[in-house]
Amino acid sequence: MNNEIPVNEEYEYGFYDKDVDVYKTAKGINEDVIKEISKQKNEPEWMLAFRLKAYQHFINTKMPEWGADLSSLNFDDFTYFIKSTKKQTSNWDNVDTTIKDTFNKLGLLDAEKEHLGGISTQYESEVVYHNMLKEVIEKGVIFLDTDSALREYPELFKKYFNTVVPYTDNKFAALNGAVWSGGSFIYVPKNVTLDKPLQSYFRINSEEMGQFERTLIIVDEGADVHYVEGCTAPVHAKDSLHAAVVEIIILKGGKCRYSTVQNWSNNIINLVTKRALVKEHASMEWIDGNIGSNITMKYPACLLAGEYAKGTTISIAVASHNMYLDAGSKMIHLAPHTSSNIVSKSIARHGGKVNYRGLVSINNKALNSKAKVECDTLLLDDISTSDTIPNNIVKNNKSYIEHEATVSKVSEEQLFYLQSRGLTIEQATEMIIMGFIEPFTRELPMEYAVELNQLIKMEMEGSIG
Amino acid sequence: MSTLKIDNLYVSVEDKLILKGINLVVNTGEVHALMGPNGNGKSTLLSAIMGHPKYRIEKGSIFLDNIDILALSVDERSKAGLFLGMQYPTEVSGVTNADFLRAALNSHLEKPISLFKFIKQLDKEVEKLKMKPDLAHRYLNEGFSGGEKKRNEMLHMNLLKPKFALLDEIDSGLDVDALQIVSDTINEMRSEHFGAIIVSHYERLFDLVKPTHVHILVDGKIVKSGNQELVTKIDTEGYEWIKEELDIDIINESI
Repeated sequence: MNNEIPVNEEYEYGFYDKDVDVYKTAKGINEDVIKEISKQKNEPEWMLAFRLKAYQHFINTKMPEWGADLSSLNFDDFTYFIKSTKKQTSNWDNVDTTIKDTFNKLGLLDAEKEHLGGISTQYESEVVYHNMLKEVIEKGVIFLDTDSALREYPELFKKYFNTVVPYTDNKFAALNGAVWSGGSFIYVPKNVTLDKPLQSYFRINSEEMGQFERTLIIVDEGADVHYVEGCTAPVHAKDSLHAAVVEIIILKGGKCRYSTVQNWSNNIINLVTKRALVKEHASMEWIDGNIGSNITMKYPACLLAGEYAKGTTISIAVASHNMYLDAGSKMIHLAPHTSSNIVSKSIARHGGKVNYRGLVSINNKALNSKAKVECDTLLLDDISTSDTIPNNIVKNNKSYIEHEATVSKVSEEQLFYLQSRGLTIEQATEMIIMGFIEPFTRELPMEYAVELNQLIKMEMEGSIG
Repeated sequence: MSTLKIDNLYVSVEDKLILKGINLVVNTGEVHALMGPNGNGKSTLLSAIMGHPKYRIEKGSIFLDNIDILALSVDERSKAGLFLGMQYPTEVSGVTNADFLRAALNSHLEKPISLFKFIKQLDKEVEKLKMKPDLAHRYLNEGFSGGEKKRNEMLHMNLLKPKFALLDEIDSGLDVDALQIVSDTINEMRSEHFGAIIVSHYERLFDLVKPTHVHILVDGKIVKSGNQELVTKIDTEGYEWIKEELDIDIINESI
């Protein structure tokens, strides 16, 4: 699908490490590979059975027929499990130097010291480093990689696993069910509020590798957590696949904010299912930034299942040459007095394709509910394209959905105005773009907003002329 | 002293010739009032001097001292000392007025201004212009009233300190108090280092900002130049007498 080297030579995180793996499965996927993964992880029986069931569903399910063209995706090309370390550690000195250097270059070691309540870093298939602040542990918060959580908290795990995104949901959720590895498991006890965010970082190093992390977050009644994830990969000639599943359960009055800055290199196919079950008076916020990848299909969703549940998605997508981003959000209103808000900002340049695809559904029981969707697209040239595909359904007459959509270009008048005060055309364009995505950046913690601004500026260099 | 010299300027918009041989010399220390019926090229002249991409220069030259203005990009013209105060300043969402102004100011400076110094300077100017303090931190012109936009243009001019300001109907939509403030701002800028070309239809502005020169622009040409008496005559008699005096047709798009 993508045989040429991506043209974005400014991708800062495109370096790759020599192979450091200690074990990997043979290329391709079959029942033996799945059994081998399960054996490597020393899992309980039920998980192997689950994986095999999910695999059956995967092979019996058709590829999605909408969004990006995935017809040339050959599942036999990928390696599904690569283990890079024998043992996870909470001391960077025990991490393989190559891997440690990589995460250091990505700024993770500094971020951990300054801003985070806990951090988990996944390299290929498994988490290699994991640590959290003492005060976070003392509050009874569980923050583990998902493999460890299955071993250490089997009951809690089993109670919620596969309940929000069942493997039957779609082909890639099934694939994840079959070969999942790594990811984050978080449990925040009743009424516990965390001041600093918890972060995970996902790094793919090899080419033709598949990363299938599985994240499960449980926010108990009245608790509040902010989780941040970042992801990068090297620039390779051949594609790698990232198919994650994220399940979030927020109990009565709880609050969860999930911030992502996806900055994959342009050879990653990124097909992710993210969904939150939001109970009464609880609130879920997806802050979702998509800057990289070759293909992304991702629609963070909220199931607003309790009265007064609230769902928010604020997203940006920046598509450049050789990129197809099909992103949006889903808000499913299932209970009365629920509310949702989607703000989507898309930018396309250099022939990139960026779509907003969304679903807002207010069912017959969700009386007195309201939803608002605002999607704006900015096209930076004439060869880039965009479609807005909203799907709004209201099944009772006491609720309403507001929908606004705009597609614009950076206007000549705006550029002239800014230039007439001394800004170069590049500075003026950059300022207009930064202003366009400001509703997104203002929701990010300061240090991420700064990083994101830098990324976008890099991505925008040479956009003009 | 600096001189802005416009020589035999022809400008077209979308293949329609608007300016047909403008000759105008403005020195610092002078304020030139530019009057004339709507649709005869006043705004076109100011925008063309600043370099708006919509306006095509067909012929002629513009020099600021020995700098060939037509060879410069819009931002270079700004840095050379030109400022266009616009009739309809554009809105830019997500960019605060203060952030933009700081970037603009820095583009004029060799060494960037410190944040502290900038805020102090900004607050002082905002107060002088009797603007609402939050206007500096709101998105650029977004949701500003007509009068607030005009005052904001004055704020920009004040901070950027141009050699020549080109002010396009800077008084339209202003109430008496705001007009006084805008006039005071321009008058305070007046010195041997500052010159201006001011487009307006109204005597009330030129009563407050006394022009040293007055020109009437009809059908893309300056047909008559004089002093302040010309403003009074237009205010009382309109433009019909020029038509008779010079035996020309006047297009007036506002009729």
